[in-house]
Amino acid sequence: MSLVLDQVQLDFDGFHLRADLKVKKGEVLAVIGPSGGGKSTLLSVIGGFLMPDHGRIGWDGADLTALPASARPVSMVFQEHNLFPHLTAFQNVALGVAPSMRLNQEEHAAVMAALEQVGLEGLDARKPAELSGGQRGRVAIARVLVMARPVLLLDEPFAALGPALRQEMLGLVREVARDRDLTVLLVTHQPDDARRADRVVLVENGTVGTPQDCAEAFANPEPALAAYLGK
Amino acid sequence: MANRAFAVSPVPALLAGLLLATLGLGALWAVWARADGTLSLNTADWSAIRFTVMQAALSALVSLVAAIPVARALARRQFGLRRVLVLLMGAPFVMPVIVAVLGFVAVFGRAGWISEGLGLFGLPPVSIYGLHGVVLAHVFFNLPLATRLILQGWQAVPPEQMRLAESLRFQPRDMRRLIERPMLGQVLPGAFFLIFLICTTSFAVALVLGGGPRATTVELAIYQAFRFEFDLGHAAGLALVQLAIGVAAAVAAFVTRPRLDASAALGTQVVVPAPKGRQSAVFDAVCIAVAAGFLILPLLAVAAAGVMGLADLTSSIFPAIARSLAVAAVSVVLSLSLALALLHPVGRARARGEAWVEGAGFLVLSISPLVVGTGLFLMINPVADPVALALPITAVVNAVLALPFVMQILLPPIRQAEAEFGPLADQLGLTGWARWRWLRLPRLERPLGFAAGLAGALSLGDLGVIALFADPARPTLPLYVYQLMGSYRTDAAAGAALVLLVLSLAIFGLLDRRGRA
Repeated sequence: MSLVLDQVQLDFDGFHLRADLKVKKGEVLAVIGPSGGGKSTLLSVIGGFLMPDHGRIGWDGADLTALPASARPVSMVFQEHNLFPHLTAFQNVALGVAPSMRLNQEEHAAVMAALEQVGLEGLDARKPAELSGGQRGRVAIARVLVMARPVLLLDEPFAALGPALRQEMLGLVREVARDRDLTVLLVTHQPDDARRADRVVLVENGTVGTPQDCAEAFANPEPALAAYLGK
Repeated sequence: MANRAFAVSPVPALLAGLLLATLGLGALWAVWARADGTLSLNTADWSAIRFTVMQAALSALVSLVAAIPVARALARRQFGLRRVLVLLMGAPFVMPVIVAVLGFVAVFGRAGWISEGLGLFGLPPVSIYGLHGVVLAHVFFNLPLATRLILQGWQAVPPEQMRLAESLRFQPRDMRRLIERPMLGQVLPGAFFLIFLICTTSFAVALVLGGGPRATTVELAIYQAFRFEFDLGHAAGLALVQLAIGVAAAVAAFVTRPRLDASAALGTQVVVPAPKGRQSAVFDAVCIAVAAGFLILPLLAVAAAGVMGLADLTSSIFPAIARSLAVAAVSVVLSLSLALALLHPVGRARARGEAWVEGAGFLVLSISPLVVGTGLFLMINPVADPVALALPITAVVNAVLALPFVMQILLPPIRQAEAEFGPLADQLGLTGWARWRWLRLPRLERPLGFAAGLAGALSLGDLGVIALFADPARPTLPLYVYQLMGSYRTDAAAGAALVLLVLSLAIFGLLDRRGRA
């Protein structure tokens, strides 16, 4: 089982992206590269927020290309605006269960359990403004839990948090991913974050490179990666 | 070119658009068919056309010339009452035209304050009727709009330019030449045509202050052909002429509309460096004081005359109030429903369709109530009695006429909500009602209240279609005021006008505040 991008191409706002990529189930793939290189566009295509002009996107043999974002086996944590500011933590997570927010007893319990799992017990009635930056990130992760989708996309998440807090949040994400056997694509600017992934791929000038094992890639970087890292 | 995945159905917008198109094109078709394709215009019609264009051009010109120093003063001076003044600038917009005109007559009319003042010195009284009266009234309504448009121009000047101007020690002359004049060059053409457009379709001002062979607008001519000559063919022909003038002005206004950086205009107030001299400070103060006085005096006059006139009112005002409130309520609900349906497909990218929405808004502005009214009358006449349907028709036309303003208020916050939370909502599968419920409506409470207040006040003060259709025995409140004026019951008219003014402000304030709560 794997996530496959087969000869995907698209033009958007004068930007061209081409991607041929295979991500194995359960692996954590770090996506690095310069700003404007196409990292976010790549995630948008997988998430279903942009439709490619050519090629197909598959998961576990099924073709996702024509599916809307909400029907894909994919959940995503965005750079910002992950929580509706006018809804409570509970409601923000509950939306991941049902857009109508009409939950049965079981679903209600599942939302509470997810909040508990990310360490937000007792904070379910708070609105985002009454939570710290780290707690807001945890609400977003709790929603990923209840959505229970096998692929998780993270677009420079927690970039606004300090280094220690960001590490803590990424640790929580890795833990959740291992528990649930999630396939993760993590866009990051920090080489340190990328090092802890299984593999790493460089996206530059709209071209998605070939993923490499992290240990190998950072020990003996290829010329393009070396140039990006400044080594 | 790749498409954004789009989770919102275009169906409601298409339905609302279809409804509006049916209404508009149906009315047009009816006018066209009745006018018989042959336009036979007599000399009176030609002079009405000349007068319409001339008064609109003069009104726009005077409004802009007067607004330039006022906007400059507001842009570069900070003072305590600035907020009050800016609020006051919004008042003419929600003020019923008939009320303002009454205030005008009370200040500038033959028996008004100015004339009485002149009389003390043995000077003859001034007359408010005719070209200068119409222009003066239009300046009253459009000076605030002109000032706001130019202020937006000031606010769109990049702050870097202002800082540069200060560090280079620009003299007032340099400021005018290097910053103000290029900015005005961008703003003024669009502002001119917008005000020109508004003045060609303003009926109530011409109804009260115009008239006669030398001061009849095309709209007034339609009304007269309709109500006094009972010549529907003539009215339809004039409606086509009015439409041509309106569409030409709307196209000009759309093409020349200033493309300012809207985000800059919304942000914090740009501080325009003020010259140090005492002379310029006095000049600015005088400009602001004169503009404020010009806006406040008619209001005070209405209030003063109205309080005295309250005693002259009879109980016949109550049914008129009830009719007006009912029309306004229906109009608000309809206008907001149409706007929300039309805005349903707004996406996070600035779609090509939105330029069309903007253009359509200008076109709606160009359609005068009298033209639509004539068309609807002709459409309905064969199947039902239009006079019996006067109130529902007024409500519908008012809703459509308020639509451009309502859309302009609601579009930016929806676009922003979609820009920020659209992807999240897409992922969560928030479509249809759920998208409104969880994404959009929570961010729209204030703009919805403001839009409802505006639509309500506009409808409450409307004296257009209703004048054309209404059974004289069953008037709305503005028509009631006009009838009292026509029968020379001036005191009672002032009293009813005060009631209308208070109701309009109350409706606006109430709905606007509900949104803020």
